[in-house]
Amino acid sequence: MHPILGHFRRLLLYLAAWGPISAILVYLFASAGGLSWGWAAALAIPLSLVYAFVCLSAWYTCRSFRLDNSTRWLGPLIASGVASLLWIAIAKGLTVGLSATPYFGPLDQQAGRIYSLLFGSGVLLYLTAVALHYVLLTNEAAHEATKRELQAQALARDSELKALKTQVNPHFIFNCLNSISALTSSDPATAREMCIRLAEFLRKTLGLGERSQITLREELELVHAYLSVEQMRFGARLKLEESVEPTVLVYSVPPLLLQPLVENAIRHGIATLTEGGWIRLEITNGEPGVLAIEVENNFDPEAPRRAGANIGLKNVRQRVDAMYAKQAKFDVSSKEGRFQVSMSLPAQQTA
Amino acid sequence: MKQSAIIRTLIVDDEDLARQVIREMLKPHLDIEIVGECANGFDAVKMVAELKPDLMFLDVQMPKLDGFEVLELIGNDVAVIFATAYDEHAIRAFEVHAVDYLLKPFRAERLGDALKRAKQRVGVKPPASPEQLAATARSGEYAERMVVKDGTRVHIFPAAKLDYAEAQDDYVALASQGKKYLKQQTISSLEASLDPRNFVRIHRSYLVNLERVTRLEPYGKDSHVAILGDGSRLPVSRAGLTRLKEFLGEKG
Repeated sequence: MHPILGHFRRLLLYLAAWGPISAILVYLFASAGGLSWGWAAALAIPLSLVYAFVCLSAWYTCRSFRLDNSTRWLGPLIASGVASLLWIAIAKGLTVGLSATPYFGPLDQQAGRIYSLLFGSGVLLYLTAVALHYVLLTNEAAHEATKRELQAQALARDSELKALKTQVNPHFIFNCLNSISALTSSDPATAREMCIRLAEFLRKTLGLGERSQITLREELELVHAYLSVEQMRFGARLKLEESVEPTVLVYSVPPLLLQPLVENAIRHGIATLTEGGWIRLEITNGEPGVLAIEVENNFDPEAPRRAGANIGLKNVRQRVDAMYAKQAKFDVSSKEGRFQVSMSLPAQQTA
Repeated sequence: MKQSAIIRTLIVDDEDLARQVIREMLKPHLDIEIVGECANGFDAVKMVAELKPDLMFLDVQMPKLDGFEVLELIGNDVAVIFATAYDEHAIRAFEVHAVDYLLKPFRAERLGDALKRAKQRVGVKPPASPEQLAATARSGEYAERMVVKDGTRVHIFPAAKLDYAEAQDDYVALASQGKKYLKQQTISSLEASLDPRNFVRIHRSYLVNLERVTRLEPYGKDSHVAILGDGSRLPVSRAGLTRLKEFLGEKG
């Protein structure tokens, strides 16, 4: 689209700029051309208007002669000559036409001088228009580049988020199946119950990969399904303290935001304590528009470091960063046998 | 190994159900006697010392001490079958001469196979001592903590808190914060398990934590002593001096 013709406000501004130009032309025609003021105005004003539109053709010149090629300066120059000659031809026609009217009468012999004036100013004006169009084109290109970059960023973020989507830790499933294997002979009913709970958890995790946001209610259901399985493995060793404000349940969060944190708390907390431990999950409406989430657990500071330490935690952190950038806060602290993850996320609701 | 002998077995796993399934699968094997069960590494070390079992089923990830650390402390009198959900430890398990490596969940037949291997092994010492291999087989990772057994007690401290180590026959004395712990290990295998950027062998019998060395003094005609922050004086051999200067030069 033409950068001036395509925008009504820009066109008005552009034409307004031609006002002073036509005034200068009137003056030039009268003083240097030796025309009467009446003739000068009658010629200069319509000619300016016509040339204003002729100069818009500079856009095509600019597009065919890109700035990056240094030998192409000749093109705009020739174009400006052609435009000026066209302008003179129009001027000639206009003079003939006006001379025929009874009001103006015949133009005197000096009128020939205005043609050289027209050629000179025509070339200059056209080249100015070329310069203007180059500026507009460069602007447009820069704008396009920014837009493309933003699109690329958004795409990269999307694919990053996809890659980061956590999968269910396979060791959890293997340990679970081992527990079921133990229960099949000693307590078949419990074995069946555990199968069902594991299936419920796995079913809830299916299809999460395609969704970028789920409600906090759904995420908590996932956490509960997970914990109901782990509770069977750890029994009295696992204690959960949960306090969730009912109003926060409608907010949306990235899927598998809390489950990996709770799993982390079990792997690096409960599982390291012979007497068992606790997990505290607190979700509140903090300041207006902020969702405050805290997951805390106790652990044995002297326990051996576990393989794959904190991969789940790192993954959640990266996803939060990628999704909310600076709008989110993510803090991890570990002292005196307590490990705490606190997050502040923007409280958002998907339509 | 005599066919009729009873194999005294210990089951170590922090999960009740995981121990239960092993117990159940062992029931048909009449030559197996389960002498004990425990749920963490500390208790495992203690029970091995007290009960002297022939065979042990051992989980890797447990509270207090992990399976490999337990193995490092109990010496090589016990045949070990690892039972874990993690397949990534398998190679290391064989490097420390584990009899077998069972991936949870497993069939009773699979456990039977492991027992067959164990029966060939019971009473036969593996070629190298497991604690030596445990120390070196950490696949490129250096030890982060030191585990030492003292009777039935277990001491644990971070590797960074080790001031120096001194070879004493079949043992090595680990000095940390004014205390000394004796461990059945060679100084070479200890050296191999520690980060060489922090620990330097300054003498045939001495390994020192670089951060503890405050100065070097000539001693006698040909040798030097390294003086540590706590005033300990350790002999430095000529080769040790070259190594030490190299490291101290790099740091300075």
